[in-house]
This record gives sequence, C-alpha cells and structure tokens, in this order.
Amino acid sequence: QPQNEYIELHRRRYGYRLDYHERKRKKEGREAHERSRKAKKMIGLKAKLYHKQRHAEKIQMKKTIKMHEKRNTKEKNDEKTPKGAVPAYLLDREGQSRAKVLSNMIKQKRKEKAGKWEVPVPKVRAQGETEVLKVIRTGKRKKKAWKRMVTKVCFVGDGFTRKPPKYERFIRPMGLRFKKAHVTHPELKATFCLPILGVKKNPSSPLYTTLGVITKGTVIEVNVSELGLVTQGGKVIWGKYAQVTNNPENDGCINAVLLV
Amino acid sequence: IYQPQAVFRVRAVTRCTSSLEGHTEAVISVAFSPTGKYLASGSGDTTVRFWDLSTETPQFTAKGHRHWVLSIAWSPDGKKLASGCKNSQIFLWDPATGNQIGRVLSGHSKWITWLCWEPLHINPECRYLASASKDGSIRIWDTLMGKCEKILTSHTQSVTCVKWGGDGLLYSSSQDRTIKVWRSQDGVLCRTLQGHAHWVNTMALSTDYVLRTGAFEPAEATINPQDVSGSLAELKDKAQQRYDQVRGQEPERLVSGSDDFTLFLWRPAEDKKPLERMTGHQALINQVLFSPDTRIIASASFDKSIKLWDGRTGKYLTSLRGHVSAVYQIAWSADSRLLVSGSSDSTLKVWDAKMKKLAIDLPGHADEVYATDWSPDGQRVASGGKDKCLRM
Repeated sequence: QPQNEYIELHRRRYGYRLDYHERKRKKEGREAHERSRKAKKMIGLKAKLYHKQRHAEKIQMKKTIKMHEKRNTKEKNDEKTPKGAVPAYLLDREGQSRAKVLSNMIKQKRKEKAGKWEVPVPKVRAQGETEVLKVIRTGKRKKKAWKRMVTKVCFVGDGFTRKPPKYERFIRPMGLRFKKAHVTHPELKATFCLPILGVKKNPSSPLYTTLGVITKGTVIEVNVSELGLVTQGGKVIWGKYAQVTNNPENDGCINAVLLV
Repeated sequence: IYQPQAVFRVRAVTRCTSSLEGHTEAVISVAFSPTGKYLASGSGDTTVRFWDLSTETPQFTAKGHRHWVLSIAWSPDGKKLASGCKNSQIFLWDPATGNQIGRVLSGHSKWITWLCWEPLHINPECRYLASASKDGSIRIWDTLMGKCEKILTSHTQSVTCVKWGGDGLLYSSSQDRTIKVWRSQDGVLCRTLQGHAHWVNTMALSTDYVLRTGAFEPAEATINPQDVSGSLAELKDKAQQRYDQVRGQEPERLVSGSDDFTLFLWRPAEDKKPLERMTGHQALINQVLFSPDTRIIASASFDKSIKLWDGRTGKYLTSLRGHVSAVYQIAWSADSRLLVSGSSDSTLKVWDAKMKKLAIDLPGHADEVYATDWSPDGQRVASGGKDKCLRM
C-alpha cells in the first residue's frame, strides 16, 4: 500500500467530523486576517522577500479585476476616422504595398529555383516507421515478423484489390481507409466535403506516398468539380491539390486546405 | 448586320482642364448627376463635396458622415444625392444648396457597399432607394418619410452590388457566390442565379445607362447643362419612351463579374441558367459595364486589361491592354464610342471602341485612381483617387 493515502483512507472508512465543513469554511474566512497579521509582524530578510512576492501578486490581481470591469462596460468609439480610405470594392481585400510586391516576386523566383513550394503547413514532424507501421507476427510460432500494418489513415484507389494474404507485406485496414476529405477554400472560408482522387506526396517518406498513407502535411488531390472553377480557356477544373491540416488518425476525419 | 450608331458624337477628352483639390483624404467615389449639371464626390475624410462645373471650383461641402463615404448615387431626376458611409448610415443631400434633406437613414449593421435609386419611369418622384450592405441584407428606404420600407434578407454574406431593373425586378449580387432576383413591389425573392465559383463583385444591366439618365436625352445636351424641366407626368413619359427604345423586344440582360476570373451573361427575368460564361481574364474582375446602346460589354480586371464582349451573345471581341497595373473603374461615353478607364497605376486611358485601340492617355494623378465617371452630356470626365484631388 502506498505511504501517502492514509488520510483519504480514513475519510473513506469513517467519513468527516460533524463540524468539519463549518470549521473549514470559517478558517478560510479568517485567512485574510491571518495573512495581514503575519505581514505586519514580520521583520528582517524574511519580510523583504515576502513583501516583494506579495506586491507582485497584488499587481496581477488588480490587472485581472480591471480587465473584468472593462469587459462589462462599453467604451466610446474613437471619434477620429482611420486613415487609408479605400473604395468599397477594395475593402475586403488586403492591399500590398508596392515595395512588398517586388521583394515577394524576387523571393518567389528564388524559391522556385530551389524547388521549394509554398504550402500552408510547411514543416511537419517526420513520422518514423515504428509509429506508422506496426509489426505483425505470423507463422506457427509467431516468430516471423515481416508483415506490417499501417496505423494511420490511408487512401486506396477505386480499383484496389488486396494481394493474396500470404504474400502481402503491408496491411491497410478497411477501418482506416477514407474516401472523402473536408476541404476548406482559404479565401472563401467555406468548407466542402470532396472525394479524394489520390495521395500526391507524403512529406515523411516516399514509401508512405506509394502506400497512400495520409498524415498531417500530406498533399492530396481532390475532386473539385463541385465548386465550378473554370480555366481561362473555358475548361472546367476537376482536380486540385489540398494539404492535410489535422491528424486524421486522432480525429476520424481528414481536414485539408485547398492550395490555390 | 448593320446597327444604328448614336446620332451624336462625343469628342474624346484630351487634356486635364483642372485639378480640384479640397478633399483631405482619398477620393473614393465620383458621380455626375443625370443631366451632367452637378458633380459630387465622396471621400475618406467623411465629406461629400459638390463641384461647380462651369467654373470648375468647389461649390458645397456636405458634412455629416462620421466615416468614409463609400458610395454615392444620384436620383434619376438629378434633385437628390444619396451617400452611404462605412458606419452604415445613408444621408440625402440637395445639390442646389448642399444641405441635407430629411433624416439620416440608419438601420444596417455594417457598411454600405452600394446604393441604387428606383428608375424614373416607374416612379417620377424618385422616392425609393435600395441599399446593399456588408451585413448581407438589402434595405429599401422611403426617402420622403425617411424610414425603411422593406428589408430583403437572404444572402449569407456581404451584398456587393444591387441594381434596380426597369421591369419591376431588383437584382443583388453577393460574396456568397449567388445573384438573387427580387420583385420590387413586395420584396419577394423570385430567383437565385448560381454558377460563380467565388465572390460576385459587380453587376451591370443592359438598361443601366438609360435608368441612370432618366428623362434626359444626351442627344439634346447643350453646352451649359440644364436641369430637366417638365411636369412629373411628362418626365415619366419621356423616361418610359427612352427605356422602351433601348430595351427593345427582349427582356433585360444582366452581366456579372466575379473573383473567379469569369463573367456570366444572364436573362434573369426568364431563366435561371446563364446565357453565356465569358472566360479569359487572368485575375479578378472589378467592374463590368454595358455600353449605353447595350451592344458592347466592357470588363475591367486586376490583370491590367479590359476585355470587350458582344452585348447580346457574350462572345469575346477584343482585349484592351495598356495599363501596367490593376484597372479599377471604367466609364462609357454617352454615344458608346469611347471608353475611359482608371487604374491603380495612376493613369486614365481613353479607348476607341470601334478601332479597339488606345485613343488618348491621361496621366497626371499622383497616386492610384479609385473612381472615374463620364458626364452624360459627354463634355467631361471626372476622376478621383488616392492623391486626394479630383481631375477633370
């Protein structure tokens, strides 16, 4: 038995004293007075340290009280109108200063040369093999350990058929196979449930890309014919890339952001 | 096939006659009155200024708004000016005295994006005004009584543009990618036109120019612009005649431009399906306008070009290139031969619609040009922008 649970054990066995709750309440009420009595009587180094600490505490308390008060009252709006008037058609758009535009263009050219593309989730934690693949032991004495089962959400195409069970090395459980993703359009701020066409790239490893494993940061291709986008030539766009923004194995759904 | 051109001819504006200073902040909207007699401009310094056109000097300063004046609209008889601001208030002004008429119309919860008056041939008193706002609702105001008649709510996001058609229908476009058609009599939703893939920024009706000028006939313009005279019944008849002439046998056509780089041509009174989808722009479309004889549609876009399309079928005609930065607003001359465009590269360009080329270049603004307008009598072009001055 652990050493520190004797109080709780006693309470469970015998309950509380009859006046326990009242005494506790009154002791807590006296606490403020006790504190101030001690603070007045303290001297020396001990007092200095205590007063310093108490001062900091009081500042914090005053700040929170003021914040609460502010929340309840409404402040009068500033009479001065802000600068930077724009016509109605520019109001919902973020304008870019011209200097920024030039430097952005240069930066983009450099990135394109280096082969880096702008995505909403640039850095993702790399998932090791032990995390994504679970070892399945087979054989009469369960000694053979060459099979692996995928523990993350994956996508298999329409015409997918398993290899014969004796020879399949990677098992993708049916419960973890998803066909649709919730894709958010970054500018419209609207979310659509679109069917997945395929996994384009998994940042952790090209092996996961071929298997179709979907983790956070994976770029997938989705069917956007529902949205009605059109190219300059007049052709309807039916596939676009989107990047996954959540951990689908924890949530049970795939949330992605469309790469416009 | 041969089609009649306008009887009169507008000469191209060639030079800047004056630069009107006075605003203390950027000029956001500019509008000539339907007869071309008055000029009003709304700006970020919360005032609406009236300018005297014969001397090209400031006439009145209308103070009253508390935030940027986002949109202004003249009543079709030229006697009232409505202005909407970012604090969601609407003021009415009298151009002859510069004073406010009636009460402040407030009711919207977010800023006003567009104002549109009821056409003259429906009601010669010019009593009703429709306002579209970012809060997704459209309100129809009774300007005589100063109160809100109807509230049309159905859009889920900001309403970007509202147009009062000549057939008793109201059209509204919104950021929720739909255009809704309402009956103006009782405010009932008739149709929802869907098809755009992004915000619908702007709309234009084929009868826009006629509805704007009401009973004023540009062919009869004189050097000194005058007010239209005549009793209410006469005005109404004249406006009705002009409207019927322009409209012809077919119902009104509506063209809508959107952030998804395409335009749609609709016949909203008849069909839910678009007549034509006009693609080709490489950036979002900021403004579309029918030419006054409804034969050409011009679309200004952020990809630095203006494209011309056939007004009846929506077929692509030509691209007008020349600006080096986004084209913000365009305006047709009253005879549909010339088109002026203002852009964020601080120049205005006048284009010839027949030759499909640049006619004249009008530099001179110091900063982006936010608003352009051509007076209905064809004599002047006014443009205002970020450099706080108005140029004629």
